[in-house]
Amino acid sequence: MQKVIEGKAYVLGNNIDTDQIIPAERLVYSLSDPEEKKNYGRYALSGVPAPAAGLPDGNHAFVKEGDRRSEYAIIVGGKNFGCGSSREHAPACLQIAGIQAVIAESYARIFYRNSVDGGFFIPLETTTPLIDEIRTGDRLSVDIGAGTVTNVSAKRQYPLKPLGDVLEILEAGTIFEYAKKAGMLPKDS
Amino acid sequence: MGMTLTEKILSAHAGGKSVRPGDNVWVDVDVLMTHDVCGPGTIGIFKRQFGKNARVWDREKVVIIPDHYIFTSDPHARRNLEILRDFVKEQGLPYFYDAGTRNYKGVCHLALAQEGHNRPGEVLFGTDSHTCTSGAFGMFSTGIGNTDAAFILGTGKLWVKVPETMYFEFNGTFPPYIMAKDIILQVIGDIGVDGATYRTMEWGGDAIAKFSMEERMTLCNMAIEGGGKNAVIEADDTTLNYVRRRTQKPYTVHRSDKDANYCFKKVYNAGAMEPVVAKPHSPDNKALVKECQGVRLDRSYIGSCTGGKITDFKAAAQLLKGKTVKIDTFIVPATKEVEDDLHKEKIGGQSLMDIFKNAGAHLGPPSCAACLGGPQDTFGRTQAEEVVISTTNRNFPGRMGSKKSQVYLASPYTAAASALTGRITDPREFL
Repeated sequence: MQKVIEGKAYVLGNNIDTDQIIPAERLVYSLSDPEEKKNYGRYALSGVPAPAAGLPDGNHAFVKEGDRRSEYAIIVGGKNFGCGSSREHAPACLQIAGIQAVIAESYARIFYRNSVDGGFFIPLETTTPLIDEIRTGDRLSVDIGAGTVTNVSAKRQYPLKPLGDVLEILEAGTIFEYAKKAGMLPKDS
Repeated sequence: MGMTLTEKILSAHAGGKSVRPGDNVWVDVDVLMTHDVCGPGTIGIFKRQFGKNARVWDREKVVIIPDHYIFTSDPHARRNLEILRDFVKEQGLPYFYDAGTRNYKGVCHLALAQEGHNRPGEVLFGTDSHTCTSGAFGMFSTGIGNTDAAFILGTGKLWVKVPETMYFEFNGTFPPYIMAKDIILQVIGDIGVDGATYRTMEWGGDAIAKFSMEERMTLCNMAIEGGGKNAVIEADDTTLNYVRRRTQKPYTVHRSDKDANYCFKKVYNAGAMEPVVAKPHSPDNKALVKECQGVRLDRSYIGSCTGGKITDFKAAAQLLKGKTVKIDTFIVPATKEVEDDLHKEKIGGQSLMDIFKNAGAHLGPPSCAACLGGPQDTFGRTQAEEVVISTTNRNFPGRMGSKKSQVYLASPYTAAASALTGRITDPREFL
């Protein structure tokens, strides 16, 4: 697991649901085919209404027209991030677009679990809301070991909640590697 | 300290040792369900992790129910169905309800119940967030992603954090114009879309006990819209009568202990409930129907795992019989069995199917259809700025297709009453 993550922030509001993260009509692409799955990068966050896309101003494309990767590495969200569907396409599309960490006030359970068990990115939580503190495009530095996120652009630092139980899985990589370490799966499977 | 129903089921599947909320346990899985949207990705991970010649842990415990993108010409969606077919053939899976065959069922959550895969006391995981529906049968059921599902396919196990339980009790008798959909929208409005996050929503009280299995499924179905991990209702005679007609497999009925610990309890007076809607764009954006009375609508949609069961259509038909709808009205039975029942069930000598046709409604084949938008050619999908009243479960921006459309979630009674006027209408005007 990467201990320090740096990059530009993309800021979203509360209750960002999986239909906004990846609209259902896009769920037809293969997640197993390396070339076809790049489509998920192209359509990541394409369901977010324009005024809410990249706060505070809105109207920031997460992925530029025709691209399959985002210029942003970190998403900052509010409460209940990833609510709705169990579609693993949601955390997968963010990873495919280049997201390395999501920092939210809280998560919906299945999205959080999928992010961890599939090893897509590190889902971090903050003790206070950050969506009014950080602007889309701000440069952030996340230090997992120190448990902080620094807004390099605004020179401000905020604490992160400890990762707790899921740290072991994130460090292992996915639920499969974790299960091998825990003796649930044979090491050579 | 005693255990709640959910804790007891998880305990029984984690080697029998006592469990408490917050414990992480590995549980043995009784049923894994997947469908056409998440099955192909699950199969891909299973093969990568366990090898291309790997076999599933137990063929009898895997259920595959294509239901999402069935009636579309989208080539990727067609290809995904082929991936399921190849896998079923390769693994020799007995429970595959394939599209385009006589074995096709329709929406997985109702098909699981109708085909006898829901059994009290069992642990069922599904690659769909509405898998919590099965909790209506006194079992533990919840939605998971492809990675977790692939892990189960190979091992028959999954780690679970034992949830705290919230208890919602309804006593007395619901008025005749109130449906389970009104109750779940009321409760989600009360607790918010994250009010039950990481928790179980357990339903009880004598008013809930009077609900049919279909209505109980509606209650449990939308637990996820409150953030719930699972929902559960203790099995009773209504449950067992339903289950015994559909499976010979044995099962265990668990009950909450008297001294079980609940993190939250709320008691409602069933007789005081009012018809409610969830306004755009969130399932907790609750309002009484009478507060929205008169909002102009473009269409009414009655279908999905939430609102496309036979009880939902009986309710709608009661209002639509002998009348004509004023707006585009879409009728989508959740499963083939429900579709067949639309021909068999009659009100005043007329089949429900005829009632809907005569009222001018559009009838679609059983599937998830426009509940989640889907490919462009999906039946009932919104394409522009439509204002919709719908018996489905989510009204997030773009959920039914177009980001510009607005969706009001409501009961089948309210959706039918509103279809007759073209405006949001309290069903009491027609009952």
